[in-house]
Amino acid sequence: MRLRKAFAAGAAGIAIAAGLAACGDAGNDSEGRDVEAADDCDGKFDEGTRMAELAEAGKITVGVKYDQPGLGFKGATDDVPSGFDVEVAKLLVADLCIDPASSNVTWEETISDNREPYLESGKVDVVLASYSITDDRRKVVGQTGPYMVTGQQILVKEDSDVAGIEDLKGKEVCSVTGSTSLENVKAKGAKGVGADSYSECAEKVLDGTYAAMSTDGSILAGLAAQNEGQLKVVGDEFSEERIGVGYSKDHPEMCEWINGVLEKAFDDGSWAEAFELTLGPSGVETPEPPELDACQ
Amino acid sequence: MSLEAILDNLDEFFKAFGYTLFLFLVTAVASLILGTILVAMRVGPIAVLRVLGSVYVTLVRNTPLVLIFIFFHFAAPIIGINFKWVQVHIGTFDFTSAFATAFVALSLYTACFVCEGLRSGVNAVPMGQAEAARAIGLPFLGVMREVILPQAVRASVPPVASALIAMLKNTSVAGVFFLAEATATMRGLTNDYSSQRIGIFLCFAVGYIVLVEIVSMISLALERRWRIA
Amino acid sequence: MAASVLFDAPGPRTRVRHRIYSIVASAAIVAALAFAAWKLYDDGQFEYDLWEAFVTPDYVRALLVDGLVVTVTMAVFAIIGAVIFGFLFGVAKMSDHRWIRWPAWVVVEFFRAMPVLLLMIFVFFMWFISSRAGFLWIDQAGGFFAVVIALTCYNGAVLAEVVRAGVQAVPKGQAEAAYAIGMRKTQVMTIIQLPQAVKVMLPAIISQMVVALKDTSLGYAVAAPGLTKVGQQIYKELHNQVPTAIVVAILYVTLNLLLTWLATWVQRRFVGEKKIDVVKVAAGIDEDRAAR
Repeated sequence: MRLRKAFAAGAAGIAIAAGLAACGDAGNDSEGRDVEAADDCDGKFDEGTRMAELAEAGKITVGVKYDQPGLGFKGATDDVPSGFDVEVAKLLVADLCIDPASSNVTWEETISDNREPYLESGKVDVVLASYSITDDRRKVVGQTGPYMVTGQQILVKEDSDVAGIEDLKGKEVCSVTGSTSLENVKAKGAKGVGADSYSECAEKVLDGTYAAMSTDGSILAGLAAQNEGQLKVVGDEFSEERIGVGYSKDHPEMCEWINGVLEKAFDDGSWAEAFELTLGPSGVETPEPPELDACQ
Repeated sequence: MSLEAILDNLDEFFKAFGYTLFLFLVTAVASLILGTILVAMRVGPIAVLRVLGSVYVTLVRNTPLVLIFIFFHFAAPIIGINFKWVQVHIGTFDFTSAFATAFVALSLYTACFVCEGLRSGVNAVPMGQAEAARAIGLPFLGVMREVILPQAVRASVPPVASALIAMLKNTSVAGVFFLAEATATMRGLTNDYSSQRIGIFLCFAVGYIVLVEIVSMISLALERRWRIA
Repeated sequence: MAASVLFDAPGPRTRVRHRIYSIVASAAIVAALAFAAWKLYDDGQFEYDLWEAFVTPDYVRALLVDGLVVTVTMAVFAIIGAVIFGFLFGVAKMSDHRWIRWPAWVVVEFFRAMPVLLLMIFVFFMWFISSRAGFLWIDQAGGFFAVVIALTCYNGAVLAEVVRAGVQAVPKGQAEAAYAIGMRKTQVMTIIQLPQAVKVMLPAIISQMVVALKDTSLGYAVAAPGLTKVGQQIYKELHNQVPTAIVVAILYVTLNLLLTWLATWVQRRFVGEKKIDVVKVAAGIDEDRAAR
């Protein structure tokens, strides 16, 4: 008897959950730009290229970050991520005549560890996840761009006296385990502490555990904006990070296409507009578009 | 399979396991003490403490360890509990907030399993032993200290040892939370040398297996030594 | 041994003493709780803003559907995989052929002695199988599969030991009788020993599910979905770490208690007093090693 009641309660719980699932898919706070899909895809891409395949299928999977405000961020109740990386990705998607706002675009969370495996396996078609272009990475995956150039800076509490990485010798500075930022910090004489994500570092800087955290300026700006009045970005850039688009080495033809889309976005102002909309609120001035690498 | 990644970073490899081992040792001591206190509460005559002990054990051992780490790293500092004052430096090892937090989280978690292990040991002591002890007039603490515990400890070596072995493996969770112990180091190295993933993984796996084997050998030795003739 | 055997029925003086202890202890507990509550209140942790998410349908849906359901799904897949793994390797470990027994032993020992998190991260790195189409009907990220695969291997290795212990718990006479009526080895195992072993193993399998369920939260490290992940997203967005941690913990504890209750019920209903010591088996101390 008691058992039957328990089952009934369980069933009711499942019913409630299902009901919630049914009614909860209203995307409320997508504050991104509306990017309209192109409609000229018939014959736009050469037969047999990856772009033609994607345009033909009308589906694409994009790897972005979920935990970097301003670049790639997705809250628990958001349906799609938002940020600069996402905006650039939308331009690429739209060029394939796929509506970026539709469910034909699958957003996949990539973290630092899995960007290469995802591209190699074809789990994602392109990666735009604050993905620095490095020679080492170019050995395993294709990278082109950059669509943004930033440098490593440090983020400290608003009332901190630290003015740059020089003031942090022998102190603990937070960054992400396995990232180049962490190696750079160690090379500058600070003690690197490896976290799981940048937002966790920010959390620990806020509560005073670590004096500072360090990574690309654009990421820091997003975090600073999210915690306005509590965190600030300081110091000169002590490295140059060229943020690019990752694609699979199996499809080298994608390089020219990506560069073409980026070039167009640089020229018609949609790149600047996207920058303004996503990183502008964190107080980053919209720079000149960077120089693109030539495809081999 | 090449092992350059490990051979070139041997110092980092051993330092990583150094952190793992240190964390294991201090946590083992703390969770044994805490577990003993808990088991005394759970089998003692004071009803309030019995309830408290069992509520604690039930709650904590049904909570994922990751959540306990999250609590101490990200929630507790907001209400003023933090470990940033811990600053111990021995040689090249830094025992700071990440280590201290891992120590606290792991100890509180493992104490539950140690307590359950000890309790199963107490339950294994034949009833007549306690009755005889009481018959000669020993009070509760005397019964425990002179008769029950010495026998219970023997019986609880295997379950307590398995709780400690599980804890040794659980130290890996600290790697996700700011501590450069073995698992975090494996992750870093895998990122730097992604072509040598398998070799790196096997080296670290073997490191853990060696540590686990050592602990289980010690437990077997103790068990044999304390076996009632 | 019942706890009450440890001490005499208290006399009048002891009763007074115990009452004093109880009062002091209760006072201490109440004071500690009150202090914690005051501290939380003082820090503004009871403000409605911080808790609002947990009565907002969107967030509740995220917690239950994207969180709880996915966590349970991962645990269920892992435990199904683990049961299959466990039976295969458990039986293989009991094989009469050395060339089956030894590799099985190595595999089981390897997975049992390794932190499941290490395995999970490794699987995550090695995720080379193209899974754009997902696996069966599941459309999930690589982290999901890393969690399921790692938990399958670890819990499977533990269950392999449970299977062996379960088969050994079947009285010898059963197998002997089966051989006597002319059954072959495979028949004895599949028709006589395993079915009886399963009955003994059932509670152990369910309690292993509690372990699997808790360990799904390790997916935190590999961007896997689930309850912990949703909690993380919520507190990163709303900065309500304390309430989120409390709510998520309550969900996990409730789920685990339900499972534990189920295990106890199954035990009482189908098995009786016979029990396999899961704790002992789980941590890598087995009988044959003790005997060595």
